[in-house]
Amino acid sequence: MKILVLLKQTFDTEAKITIEGGKISRSGVSMIINAYDEFAVEEALKIKENLGGDVTVVSTGGDGVQDALRQALAMGADKAVLVDPGTDDVDEFTTATILAKAVSGLEYDLILAGWRAVDDGSAQVAGRVAEILGIPIAKLATKIDVEAGKATATCEIEGGTEVIEVPLPAIITAQKGLNEPRYPSMKGIMQAKKKPMDKKGLGDLGLDAGAVAAKVKVLSVSLPAARAAGKVFDGEPADTAAAVVKALREEAKVI
Amino acid sequence: MAKGIFVFAEVKDGKIKKVTYELLCAARKAANALGEEVCAVMAGKGVSGLAAALGEYGADKVFVAENDALDKFTTDAFTNVIGSILQEQQPSAFLLGFSIRGRDLAAQLAQRLGTGAASDCTNVEVENGQLVFTRPIYAGKAVVKVSIPEARPAIATIRPNVLPIDAPAAGKTAEVVAVSANAGDVRQVIKDIVLQVSSRPELTEADIIVSGGRGMKGPENFPLLEALADVVGAAVGASRAAVDAGWVPQSIQVGQTGKTVSPTLYIACGISGAIQHLAGMGSSKCIVAVNKDPEANIFKVADYGIVGDLFNVVPILTAEFKKILA
Repeated sequence: MKILVLLKQTFDTEAKITIEGGKISRSGVSMIINAYDEFAVEEALKIKENLGGDVTVVSTGGDGVQDALRQALAMGADKAVLVDPGTDDVDEFTTATILAKAVSGLEYDLILAGWRAVDDGSAQVAGRVAEILGIPIAKLATKIDVEAGKATATCEIEGGTEVIEVPLPAIITAQKGLNEPRYPSMKGIMQAKKKPMDKKGLGDLGLDAGAVAAKVKVLSVSLPAARAAGKVFDGEPADTAAAVVKALREEAKVI
Repeated sequence: MAKGIFVFAEVKDGKIKKVTYELLCAARKAANALGEEVCAVMAGKGVSGLAAALGEYGADKVFVAENDALDKFTTDAFTNVIGSILQEQQPSAFLLGFSIRGRDLAAQLAQRLGTGAASDCTNVEVENGQLVFTRPIYAGKAVVKVSIPEARPAIATIRPNVLPIDAPAAGKTAEVVAVSANAGDVRQVIKDIVLQVSSRPELTEADIIVSGGRGMKGPENFPLLEALADVVGAAVGASRAAVDAGWVPQSIQVGQTGKTVSPTLYIACGISGAIQHLAGMGSSKCIVAVNKDPEANIFKVADYGIVGDLFNVVPILTAEFKKILA
């Protein structure tokens, strides 16, 4: 079973966001594997442990993304591919075009990815890659079973779950609850340093800046207005609860 | 030239989802400013009866694709059918809800049509003759405004429960256009659907949410919140701490790795207010917090805070709400 994982490096979810020169500042921010992509890496490793095969992690971004890829290698992935987009002006179309092109040069039975990234939260890239590659997709999986020629995923739907069967090759996106990602072992971290990291540029994939140019244009970036702290009631529950319910009706008018 | 603001009319359990009305009202205002039409696109089995009434919320026309293959939602069937309608009609924009189905289709359609898409937007405006979308990123820690200057249709998914629904124009009907629906090659086979039976509203569409965190101490105490929720017609949510402890299902988690919600009223019980939780509910219109710890972070964002033991406070809140709602 040849498994690919599409992986994005993101800010730590604890990170405080600041803006510098009209852009979100990266300085002093610790970077992690996108939480949902980490579920995808873990699932790929579990499938490999059950069925054999290998796991390749694929990403696009600058040199710093190697850290996230090395982490996935330390968890147990076999190879990494990193494509430099050559620009910071990327959107979901850019990323998906690059990833699909990188993937189309590899052998695969199954592609896994997080259902969204915790930074821009677009939830588009996996779907777009499936469209480009012409393969089926199942989204928001909390359970995945793989057998010869097909995968069965239990996926979140509104108000419940559904079980979706797709023929392979297919893309499945990971939702929280799929698994508990492992921590890399010391041995894994040592081994990761020797595992292959294939670094490419757009030209290596037969792409150029025009072919991946973003369709979405960012006009402005700002910080949201801070929420002002309101009234705090401290005292006997009978008094405080009554006071708040009264305020909700008469002052806030929300009930 | 691409013309018309199109909206995905999402049908669930034989009813139009609320976000559809939010989309139509936003589309109507934008279309008036641009001098364009508003058209809804609806797909499913036995849904055409719902189409004409979308006129009350601003739709001029509704394209309806009816087909047995659209009875259950699948990514392929809906992408194929709606994709062919959009290719035929060439709209300038296509708006969907950032619901599970809406965002699923948005990604597939945007790529198929070779266009850009702005996800999870909280506002749509017309500036200099083009649509400008506001979208929170980093789970609400920053906000970007974006446009899709050239590619058409400009696709956007809109966060449910944020944009207002205008008073419907009673009796106004939309022109219904039946379109042939070829679902094409559908590769997703739905083997089973399991729905949780709940009389409470869906979390992302609820007007009121009652949420519990680590302070709930265990799953056996959530009925306390459910009782409060049922009095005010609320959905029940939870913080990551309560979900990771295994007390409640992940599907009700609110926060950066859970649902993003924007209710009118959010009641946080025993939730400390980690930055990731605040990200998921910070756009609530009114926040009430109940916590023992007067230093808890949640009080920094709450409109009304109650310092106290939730096990004492929540039952009294329930009784007080019951009184005024009686």
